[in-house]
Amino acid sequence: MARTVSTRRRLAFTALAWTIALALFFPILWTFLTSFKSEGAAIANPPSFLFFDWTLENYHEVQERSNYFHHMWNSVVISFGSTFLGLLIAVPAAWAMAFSPTKNTKNILMWMLSTKMLPPVGVLVPIYLLFRDWALLDTLAGLVLVLTMVNLPIIVWMLYTYFKEIPGDILEAARMDGASLGQEILYVLTPMAVPGIASTCLLNVILAWNEAFWTLNLTAAKAAPLTAFIASYSSPEGLFWAKLSAASTMAIAPILILGWFSQRQLVRGLTFGAVK
Amino acid sequence: MCTIRLENVTKMFGELAVIPGIDLQINDGEFVVFVGPSGCGKSTLLRLIAGLEDISGGAILLNGEDVSSLPPAKRGLSMVFQSYALYPHMTVHGNIAFPLKMAGMDKAEIDKKVMAAAKVLNLTEYLKRKPRNLSGGQRQRVAIGRAIVREPSAFLFDEPLSNLDAALRVNMRLEITELHQQLGTTMVYVTHDQVEAMTMADKIVVLNRGNVEQVGSPMDLYRDPANLFVAGFIGSPRMNFVDGGNAARLGATTIGIRPEHIGLDREKGLWRGVIGVSEHLGSDTFLHVHVEDVGTITARTGGEWTLRHGETVFLTPDPDKVHRFDESGRSMARAITPDLGALPRHVNGAPASGAPLQ
Amino acid sequence: MATLHTKSAARAMMSPSVILLFCWMAVPLAMTLYFSFLRYNLLMPGMEEWAGLFNYEFFLTDPAFFSALFNTLILVGSVLVISVGGGLLMALLLDQPVFGQGIVRVLVISPFLIMPTVSALVWKNMMMHPVYGLFAWLAKTVGLDPIDWLSAAPLTSIVMIVSWQWLPFATLILLTALQSLDEDQMEAAEMDGASLWWRFYFIVLPHLGRAITVVILIETIFLLSVFAEILVTTSGGPGYASTNITYLIYTQALLQFDVGGASAGGIVAVILANIVAFFLIRLIGKNLEG
Ligand SMILES: Nc1ncnc2c1ncn2[C@@H]1O[C@H](COP(=O)(O)OP(=O)(O)OP(=O)(O)O)[C@@H](O)[C@H]1O
Ligand SMILES: [Mg+2]
Repeated sequence: MARTVSTRRRLAFTALAWTIALALFFPILWTFLTSFKSEGAAIANPPSFLFFDWTLENYHEVQERSNYFHHMWNSVVISFGSTFLGLLIAVPAAWAMAFSPTKNTKNILMWMLSTKMLPPVGVLVPIYLLFRDWALLDTLAGLVLVLTMVNLPIIVWMLYTYFKEIPGDILEAARMDGASLGQEILYVLTPMAVPGIASTCLLNVILAWNEAFWTLNLTAAKAAPLTAFIASYSSPEGLFWAKLSAASTMAIAPILILGWFSQRQLVRGLTFGAVK
Repeated sequence: MCTIRLENVTKMFGELAVIPGIDLQINDGEFVVFVGPSGCGKSTLLRLIAGLEDISGGAILLNGEDVSSLPPAKRGLSMVFQSYALYPHMTVHGNIAFPLKMAGMDKAEIDKKVMAAAKVLNLTEYLKRKPRNLSGGQRQRVAIGRAIVREPSAFLFDEPLSNLDAALRVNMRLEITELHQQLGTTMVYVTHDQVEAMTMADKIVVLNRGNVEQVGSPMDLYRDPANLFVAGFIGSPRMNFVDGGNAARLGATTIGIRPEHIGLDREKGLWRGVIGVSEHLGSDTFLHVHVEDVGTITARTGGEWTLRHGETVFLTPDPDKVHRFDESGRSMARAITPDLGALPRHVNGAPASGAPLQ
Repeated sequence: MATLHTKSAARAMMSPSVILLFCWMAVPLAMTLYFSFLRYNLLMPGMEEWAGLFNYEFFLTDPAFFSALFNTLILVGSVLVISVGGGLLMALLLDQPVFGQGIVRVLVISPFLIMPTVSALVWKNMMMHPVYGLFAWLAKTVGLDPIDWLSAAPLTSIVMIVSWQWLPFATLILLTALQSLDEDQMEAAEMDGASLWWRFYFIVLPHLGRAITVVILIETIFLLSVFAEILVTTSGGPGYASTNITYLIYTQALLQFDVGGASAGGIVAVILANIVAFFLIRLIGKNLEG
């Protein structure tokens, strides 16, 4: 609202908004704090919020005992690998649909959207069996493949909505200016499309990093990414909350930061361009 | 040096024949304007010449050579788009330099040419800016700059001024005309604004539903429109058309009289009418006069016209300037001056002989 | 741009996506359909035989199916209500002039960015643990008996966790839509004498209609397949109290190795999702055109 608002009203809104926001954020903050406590302090009653002995020990132990960075590396490979592969397939498709649309373009897009509605359990059994027969179970290659396919519709849609915004006559101008198809792509299209591609990448990395159906069902140990590794803490024996918190903090921090910077693109990508 | 020749060019969009078949000759150095109402196929025709659309039939010849199947880049033409189509991520310099870079010219040479073009177009101070930081007129000049640096054999313009405000439009109109006189290059210019067409063109091509209605110099079209469509389209305000008995008495289905060819008088004249709306432009006044049995007639008079709404006025068309059209809308010979005496009078008096009122 | 060679090039550029996606969807789905008519258990290899509709009969008459179906509907429905309702209120609040709005936004969106296994475990242990959890401490502080959330109210607990993840999503999208509302329109309505409530009802709400539709669509897709949150908190229990369809099929397939039964369940899940998708695709399709 461009209108001037009385300071009192503004303060009231501010207090309310901050209270709710902090309440929503609290579990994350709590995890972060707990990761610096000793296991004893983590379950202390009453809980200590800031005045405890801060320690980095949990971070050391998580790495030493469970080979944390192995799983971290798996997550990186899976999310970036599937994003790269997805872009490789989706960029040409989205480009073609945006720049030489036919009568069927809208239908194909809607069909792609509908594949996203297929519940994963509908294909869990055959995928599991095929992966077993092809020795893809618990391999990074298999997971990259699956996550590429899972997120492909979102990538295509998102790129499509970005490409759609590049005015066609700029490309025509480039052709009039004597640019070959290659030069048109290199000098005109790519620079204009890069922001869109970058946000698509970002969103896809976030989605793939957090994917927790296929990663849990198709991995055991070797290829287990962080989602599966964290899930292994769910066993009831012993309370390792501080270590769980340290592992969790490391698992969520990179994505949290990426996500903070890409809120707007997140909205656009997740709504298939329907809300900008 | 560039002549453009269209031989029975057709364009279909699916089943729809947007251009049913056009023959046209554009001579070297000519400034040719395509005019016509919205959707008549002007842009399509221009894009066919540019090579941005494939022709469905016929041939396009540049300097006598068939280029119908050549891609746009190979035709050596430049185009200025209605939306300017500047590259948003490049500076003004980058935009103007782009076609030269594509031609593989070396950097020093490119800089020299860009500077020269920028000077001509008054863009020197803006070379480092991005297009989004320019005004509409400046963007337009960048688009023109990008078109001229590569020294094309002909320029194509698609409604380049339609996004500018009225004052700027007049300015840019002059600048483009000047550019044409300096360069002497063939230019093909699309507009739906007949004022632009009249003021800029050496030759006007009037298009209607994908067909050429008439080709000629602005004054030819003004004096001798080939048919009702051209007569109505060229000239502002529009020509008055009168049909029925009044036209039949002159042996025509419809007669047309331009507003500037009607004499006005307070006391006597051919037709008596009542003034409806009068539009004062300062230099001119346009009167919309309701005449019984004839309809509403627009007449032009000087700026200091004093009659008001509801007053009576007498109108007398200039007999030499009455256009006659047959039932198919084609123009009929004007060799003989039509005898206005054949028309019924509302009041006695010698036609147009009374001193016109100012 | 419609020159001839670009048309065929366009087809070539599109085909990898379309073909791959088609294979990903159609081939496994056909296999699922085929398996669903077989008596097929991984523990008894080589014993596969045609079973007709037996698997469907078994799956659909299993009391577990009904509780799973019921739980799925409750889970999807409650999370939708909480996230859309709460998200709308949050969005309206964040659209007001608030000091430090950027930081507030960042805080609010954060839960959505947390991987499901982490959120589930953090809630399960540090929030909902009956002895050491924060809720227990809060309850004790105000003199109440702590609840063992996950065994006393398993479905409610899962609804809480999942709502916490999806409320930010709804908030963010509705806020974005709200910020694109034309200020002039609001002022015109104010000039016309519309009260705050009427302005909300006649202008803001219709403006948000499309965004709300989209939120419902996207959330439904994801909520039908909630899995990790159940796996790491309650494992569907106690009994079937927090088992949804997705989790039920998972237990059948990967814990009991009953390929035939799980496939029949998979087909049922696909049909259920299609019923939802049918309405929602029509809704979004209509919205996308407007
Ligand atoms: N790609 C296309 N597919 C189908 N029809 C088209 C296409 N491009 C143009 N048309 C149709 O061809 C006709 C002529 O279009 P064109 O753009 O040439 O008109 P125009 O004379 O430039 O109009 P304006 O003054 O509005 O720019 C229109 O009826 C238009 O709908
Ligand atoms: Mg046009």
